[in-house]
Order: sequence, then structure tokens, then C-alpha cells
Amino acid sequence: MATAALSLEQAPPISVPLRFFLTAPLFGITAALVLLALGTGAWTTRWSAGALAVTHLMTLGFLAMVMIGALMQMLPVVAGAPVARVRAVSRVVHVLLSLGTLALAGGFLSGKVPVLRLALVLLALAFIVFIGAAAGSLVRARAAAVTVRGMRYSVTALAVTVCMGLLLGSGLAWHWPLAVPELTALHLFWGLLGWVGLLVIGVGFQVVPMFQTTPPYPRIMTSHLTRLIFVTLLLWSPAKWFAGHSLLVHDSAATLASLLGLGYALFAAATLALQRRRRREMPDITVRFWRIGMASLLAGAVLGWAGLWESKAASTSLEFTWGILAIFGFGVSVINGMLYKIVPFLVWVHLQANPGGRGKLPNMKEIVPDRRAGIQFWLHLSALLLLAGAAWMPRLLAYPAAVALGSSNLFLWANLTGAYRLYARILASGISR
Amino acid sequence: MADSIYIELSMDHRRCDELFSAAENQVHRGDWIDAEKSLRDFLDATLRHFEVEETFLFPAFEARTGQAMGPTRIMHLEHQQMRVLFKDLGQDIERRDRGHYLGSSETLLTLLQQHNLKEEQVLYPLSDRALAGEVPELLQRMRAGGPPRP
Repeated sequence: MATAALSLEQAPPISVPLRFFLTAPLFGITAALVLLALGTGAWTTRWSAGALAVTHLMTLGFLAMVMIGALMQMLPVVAGAPVARVRAVSRVVHVLLSLGTLALAGGFLSGKVPVLRLALVLLALAFIVFIGAAAGSLVRARAAAVTVRGMRYSVTALAVTVCMGLLLGSGLAWHWPLAVPELTALHLFWGLLGWVGLLVIGVGFQVVPMFQTTPPYPRIMTSHLTRLIFVTLLLWSPAKWFAGHSLLVHDSAATLASLLGLGYALFAAATLALQRRRRREMPDITVRFWRIGMASLLAGAVLGWAGLWESKAASTSLEFTWGILAIFGFGVSVINGMLYKIVPFLVWVHLQANPGGRGKLPNMKEIVPDRRAGIQFWLHLSALLLLAGAAWMPRLLAYPAAVALGSSNLFLWANLTGAYRLYARILASGISR
Repeated sequence: MADSIYIELSMDHRRCDELFSAAENQVHRGDWIDAEKSLRDFLDATLRHFEVEETFLFPAFEARTGQAMGPTRIMHLEHQQMRVLFKDLGQDIERRDRGHYLGSSETLLTLLQQHNLKEEQVLYPLSDRALAGEVPELLQRMRAGGPPRP
């Protein structure tokens, strides 16, 4: 109890989360550059080197990058359990994850085995350090909190995702014979519907009612949904693995996968319904990003159901669309929206605590102006629509989609670094005073 | 239902949230006269909540756990930060500065909610556990002896 009690004091220094947040859009820009360079070549199949590179630049370089930074910040606040040696851990994880992601994308694109091997080592180390640190904190956290439970499931799912990913990567790098389609299915379900999805739900239960001023989620949902999804993933995995063995197992896997879709659709529908009842009349940029996220989740669930029960393999366009909805429409939208609350607030709060912070300080809307966030919102929405469109009409839309993705991330990066520069400027003026 | 600091003070948070949104919505609509009154109601309720915590809960918690430099110190510090923002909101209403009010209220909402989150997730449950037997009596003092309205 003593550790938990002391922990409210130990909010990490601003550099801990910001290094992750300011890096993420750079990976979005890199993904856009790869898409530009490859043109329609990236869109031939989801197994193409370009598609794999872009996918991992977004999932590791953007999603995991921000989620790890946010967890470092949130664990002391929400769970009352700070990460041990948080400065060192964040510095090491940030460098390893950044280099590992670049190497992985480079390894896919170049087909060079040594680059791929380097990537696997760097990423394995990054996740061992991060998962170890996060687990240490989550074990000590108060078990009762709904959000803590979501975080535990999420980080466990990350561990599964990483193991599957390392296995798949090793298969490529060392030419092991592996059941690639099954392993890939497990890797991406645990990653998107486990690590990303469960963290969003667990955190969303807490932050949507509080920061988006909505009524609370139904009690039955907050007490059971994350556990049900986690257990369904556990049951689905062996069924998917052995799906080729009999029709019965195949159908069980499909049924369990549709249940997963149902779980996420329920969360999305509940969130959208709650947002309609928010108390604030003032438009809120985070709420708008979350609406896109939840709409994508619903669309993804419907597409998933449609694809699952088709006898023939889902078409390439359908697979691309599902991936774009899950990674970009859901994951990136929700995270992008949260960044517009977290970053201005962190800047404000750390200015308060510093000697340069005396006198009249800018408020959150002066740190990141609504107008600038609003422009980026429209760029993001265009990028989503164009990417989804490019899945069906690559010749027409591959380049516009890449340009929109790049501009949206460039603008996000400018908005976030603008906030940081304001912070540094005020701090410097305070010290020289 | 058993007496609980968590339930009592969390419910008070929700009541303050309602008042906060009423004031902000009225400013958003340019309804300055009503906004002035709503802001006053919000400030009354919130300052009262702060004082109840600072007068009764924090000292009891510190006495029982021996942690004067622990979580209560941070909660106290955040109360101070919010008191500064309260002044900004009052000035913005006087000056009818809609843009600045909405920026200050966004900042206050975020500060307030992450503060409530910490209290509801960590401090109140810890207090209920640490103060166990004293809770009913403490709650009674909090309800009855809340300091006079400012």
C-alpha cells in the first residue's frame, strides 16, 4: 500500500512521454514516403514487401510508439503504480523501438536478411524492456480498477503479438518452415484486437466519461467486456491454428472471430451513443477523432463478418480495407485524438511546475489552437477515405492517399512540436529573467 | 449501503461537473448573465469540496498513514493550480472574453478530471481502507461541519 500511496507524486518528467509522441508522426511520414515511392506496387497483395513495411511503420512506429509513451505517463496516474527507472526505460525503449521499426521496414523492402535479423534483435530487446517494466508496475497496481484490468490484458496481448511477430520474422530471416497464414492471423488479431483494442477499451471506460463529459458506460460492459474479449481471443487462437483439420474447428474459429467483432461493435456503438449525450456544447476535437475511430470499428466489424463467412478467400481489396479500418481508422484516429488532450495538458502542467511558469501562462487552446488541430482532423479523415479507396482503385488513388497520409502526419508533427517549442521558449525566458 | 468516502466524494465530483458544464455552455452560447451565476454556483460547490477535503480528509489520512508528503500533498497542489484557473474564468466572464474563457475552461476541465481520476482511483479507496473504522464519523463531520460558503 505504501508504494501505491506514494505514487501520485511520481509523474514522470515531460521528456518521458513527449519523446514517443513527437516521434510517432515521423513514422507516419515515413510510411507515406514508402507508399509514394512504391505507387501501385504497395497495393498488389497484403503480403507484398511494401504493404508489410507500411503496416509495421504504422503499427510499431505510430501506434505502439504513442501507446508506450502514454502508458509510461498513465500508469502512475490511473493505476497508482509508476514504472521503475522510468527515464532510463523510456530512453532505451524509444531508441530500440525506433531503430528496430526502421530496420524492419528496411528489411522487408530490401529483402536483405542481415537487416531483418538486426530488426528482430532490436525489437525483441525493446519489447522485453518495455513489457518487463510495465508488468512490474501492473502487478503492483490496484486490481479493482477497470482500467488496470484492461491494461493487464492489453500488455499480455502485446507479449503474445511480439512472440508471434518474432517467430514470423525469424521464419523469414532464417528460412524456417512455418505455418505463415495461421501465425499471421494470430499475430494480427492479438495485436489489433488484443494489445490496441483492449487498451483503448480499458482506458476509454475511464477517460470518455470524464474528459468527453458523457454519462458512464453501462456497468455490465465495464465489468465484463475486456475479460470476455480476452477469453474469446484465447479460445479463438487454437481454433484458428487447427482450422484446417476439420469443418467443425473451422466454424468454431469463425464463430469466435465474429464474437470478437461483436464485442468491439458493442463498444463502438456504446461510445457513439454516449458521445451524443455529452454535456458540453462546445465542439471537441478529441470527440471528433473518436467518432471516426468508432465508425471505423463498426465498419471493420461488419466487413469482418462479411469476409468470414465467405467460402472463398477474402479478396485482396477487402483485406486491405479491413486492415486500414482497424489500424488507421480505429487505432490512429483514437490515438491522434487523445494526443490533442495529452500534449497541451502536459505542456501546461509542466510549465506550472517550473520557475519560468510564473506570470500569465498560455492555456491549452493557446498551446495547440483549435483551428490547427481542426485542419489536421480533415487531413486525417481524407487520408482514411483515400487509403480505403486505394484498396479498391489503387491506380487512381495510390498517390493521393500517400500524399494525404503524409500531410496529415506532417501537420500533426507541426502541431505537437509547436506545443513543445512554446514550452521550451517560456522555460528559457523564465530562466533568463 | 455502507458509508464510503469514495461514494460520497465521487458523487460530489459529478455534481460539480454538471455545474461546470452549465457555465461553459452558457458562455459558448454568449449567455453571459446566466453564465455568471452558473460559474458562481460551480465555484461555490467546488471550493467547498476542496475545503472539506483539506480540512477533514487530508489531515485524517496523513495522521493515519504518516504520509504528509504523499498523495495528499499533490492533491493539495492541484487544488492550488485550480484556484488560479478559477480566477482566470472569473476575469474572462467580466471581460466577456469568450475565446479565452473556453481555453481556460478546457484547461480546467482536463486538470480537474485527471485530479478526480487520481482521487477516485487511488486516494479515496486508500482512505476508505486506511481509515476504516473512522469513516462514518468522518463523513458526518464532513457533511455537518463543512466550512461556511466563501
